[in-house]
Amino acid sequence: MSFNYETYLRNDKMPTQWCSGCGLGNLMKAIIRAMTDCGIGNNDASIISGIGCSGRMSSYIDCNTLHTPHGRTLPYATGLKLSRPDKHVIVVSGDGDSMAIGGNHFIHTCRRNIDITLIVANNFTYGLTGGQFSPTTPANSWAPTAPYGTLEPQFDICEMAQASGATFVARSTVANLKHLTEMIRLGLEHKGTSVVEVISNCHVNFGRRNKHPEAPEMVNWIRQCCVDQDVIEVLPLEDLEGKFVVGVLSKKERPEYTAQWAKFVEKVQHEH
Amino acid sequence: MSIRRDRYEIRFSGEGGQGVILGGAILAEAAILHEGRFAVQSPQYGSRVRGGPTKVDVIISDLPILFPRATKIDFFLALAQMSYNKYANGLADDAVLLIDANLVPNVNENGRYVHRLPIVEIAKVELGNEVLSSSVALGAVIALTGIVRPDAAWKAIEARVPAKVKELNRKAFERGLKAGESLKG
Amino acid sequence: MSGNAVIAEAAIAAGCRFYAGYPITPSSEIAAVMAEELPKVGGVFIQMEDEIASMGAIIGASLGGMKALTATSGPGFSLKQENLGFACMAEVPCVVVNVMRGGPSTGLPTLPAQGDVMQARWGTHGDHPIIALYPADLTEMYWQTVRAFNLAEKYRTPVILLSDELLGHMSERVEIPDASELTIIDRRKPDVAPDQYLPYDVKTELVPPMANFFEGYRYHVTGLTHDETGFPTEDPDLAEAQLRRLMLKVSANADDIMEWEEDGLADAEVAIFAYGAAARSARAAIAELRAAGIKVGLFRPITIWPFPEAALVKAVSHAKALFVVEMNMGQMIREVERGIRDVPIVGIHKVSGQPIDPEEIVLTVREFLEGKVTLPQKAVYQMSV
Repeated sequence: MSFNYETYLRNDKMPTQWCSGCGLGNLMKAIIRAMTDCGIGNNDASIISGIGCSGRMSSYIDCNTLHTPHGRTLPYATGLKLSRPDKHVIVVSGDGDSMAIGGNHFIHTCRRNIDITLIVANNFTYGLTGGQFSPTTPANSWAPTAPYGTLEPQFDICEMAQASGATFVARSTVANLKHLTEMIRLGLEHKGTSVVEVISNCHVNFGRRNKHPEAPEMVNWIRQCCVDQDVIEVLPLEDLEGKFVVGVLSKKERPEYTAQWAKFVEKVQHEH
Repeated sequence: MSIRRDRYEIRFSGEGGQGVILGGAILAEAAILHEGRFAVQSPQYGSRVRGGPTKVDVIISDLPILFPRATKIDFFLALAQMSYNKYANGLADDAVLLIDANLVPNVNENGRYVHRLPIVEIAKVELGNEVLSSSVALGAVIALTGIVRPDAAWKAIEARVPAKVKELNRKAFERGLKAGESLKG
Repeated sequence: MSGNAVIAEAAIAAGCRFYAGYPITPSSEIAAVMAEELPKVGGVFIQMEDEIASMGAIIGASLGGMKALTATSGPGFSLKQENLGFACMAEVPCVVVNVMRGGPSTGLPTLPAQGDVMQARWGTHGDHPIIALYPADLTEMYWQTVRAFNLAEKYRTPVILLSDELLGHMSERVEIPDASELTIIDRRKPDVAPDQYLPYDVKTELVPPMANFFEGYRYHVTGLTHDETGFPTEDPDLAEAQLRRLMLKVSANADDIMEWEEDGLADAEVAIFAYGAAARSARAAIAELRAAGIKVGLFRPITIWPFPEAALVKAVSHAKALFVVEMNMGQMIREVERGIRDVPIVGIHKVSGQPIDPEEIVLTVREFLEGKVTLPQKAVYQMSV
């Protein structure tokens, strides 16, 4: 029996505004499946997104949704989570949104280890504004703002998350719905800041300029670039060059921020 | 000595970290909370945490106070030469000055009463801690001016200082009062 | 109690249970008091990574149902403008304090100024409604802080509470009202079923009821121009209607929002317009001039935005001159000029980082009355003191 997405979809907003074949459609499916798997009802979660193609995610999922200014998802999410620690706060952001303009919020949210699930759709580009290069665009790629190729090295989102203190870090891709759903589910179940990087295809504004102009081909390319976290130890380093290591990259236990705050309040109230 | 009841202007000045701004706050609180009068305490900070000249204006009155900064200072305290140099302006012709005898060597008396007391030395050597300077100074200021009752000032100090140094501050305040009385002669 | 501490105490009394901020002189004491007091009442204090995040966090908390506050000064106020505009657009109640210091840029961090009064009005991009309050003494600071929260909740809009370094750091006798004396307003919740709820109803109400997140009313909140359901639209009629309603929320309720003080204007031959710290200088000058037999009165807006123009015009129309006293290069004076047609206006402006000495005002008024200040007809004579 096919999965019924309708409970979580704002059906009157369908079809989505994403380009045909865009990976964000699969990401939305995975989010809905993971929410279902976790038994999260429509009134138990908020989806928060920023600006960019990923920003549209909040329009389509039927719960209390918030569409913030560019890069500001995490501060809004932090405030919302602190006001209702009992609810799930799920942020869907893009590589530009969370790594460039929202970079400072990203590292500090991870440091606090507040119970927010941050899903970063990494399509290596500013798709909505026309394909300018982003902090995750591979070197020597082509973009309207890099007509001679990109000069800058790129961020590794998951390394950044781990270094900043996120206690659950995973990577998946839109090429494998089952794996992607599983990573998001684990992120939702984890108490603390969870970062799930999702490699996604923007064949229209990134792929077209970088040898992957069609969706199926680009998704295949992503699939071929994946190496499972479980096998990297047995692979020679050079085989990992240009690959996406997928799976749960790290999971740690560290006190979660809202729980700590609640304890702290109890202590202060007891003393005064 | 009779003092202006409608607007008595006091300026404490010193070096950042000496506690003069807290001293000003305590004086204003003594007047407001323990004597039911009007008072304003208006500090001026610099952009550094320690060191640098700093000052606080305290205005005490029987009436509501409109302008919160001193314009014609009745009483001026200086615990550092640099603060004297920067903030000893706007003094009334009959202003009374209290300066640290060791730390403020250069003063233009200009016919005014200038009292000298080794405030910081008393705090540091006699009482054992430089942070007591502002309590010593408060005692001396109150003895010299009578602007608030000593018991009102003590209540205000008590409310502001941590319990474990209360006794030390009481000593410092009383030492200041005594020194102030003897300066008055 | 310092002006900054008064704001914190009053905020908690008004029901504020969330504070997010970033350290900045001269507002930091507000954060310090909130950090100490909020846990005691079960509230939340968080020091965010920057000014932008602080503003974002209070919007998030407000959507979750908490009354929320942030406090800053000029440089931080500049950074908050983006998210402040979001709060205007998405109609999220919150209170932003700006304890003004000398600018532009880093300016005079520890010294007072009033250079952000226009930024308070037009700091964020696009047309937007704004309410800004600016008390002049610390008892009034308490009441206006409570009022800031009430207006934010009542009109679903951010309210800016202006202060300045002088008021923020000074202490004076404050009459703290008993909790029973305060009127506390909470946002109006929807009284319809969730499927009937229109978060941005344009047809029936200027201020639609607000459902908090997670209470069964699932809707969409965005900074994009949206329709009555909250979803983005580019429909020209809907776009126009929504923005007009947004502006009308404040302009049509201006009588409820505006407060000002008139003192001694009835028989005044000279009127002074001043607000915040500068109003204290003006009051002292007026007391001195009156004592000398010169009839001077004060018009003091407490609500800066919306600007009480009609009241000002009415109150000062018979005066020989109107002196506008500001700790900036001349900002509200332009707003005054928009309304006043027949009274010569003299500006007294100071940007040295020092409050305006009442004597400077006294001197200027005396010079004017002695005919030493010649006024070009209907033009503003800017006196630098």
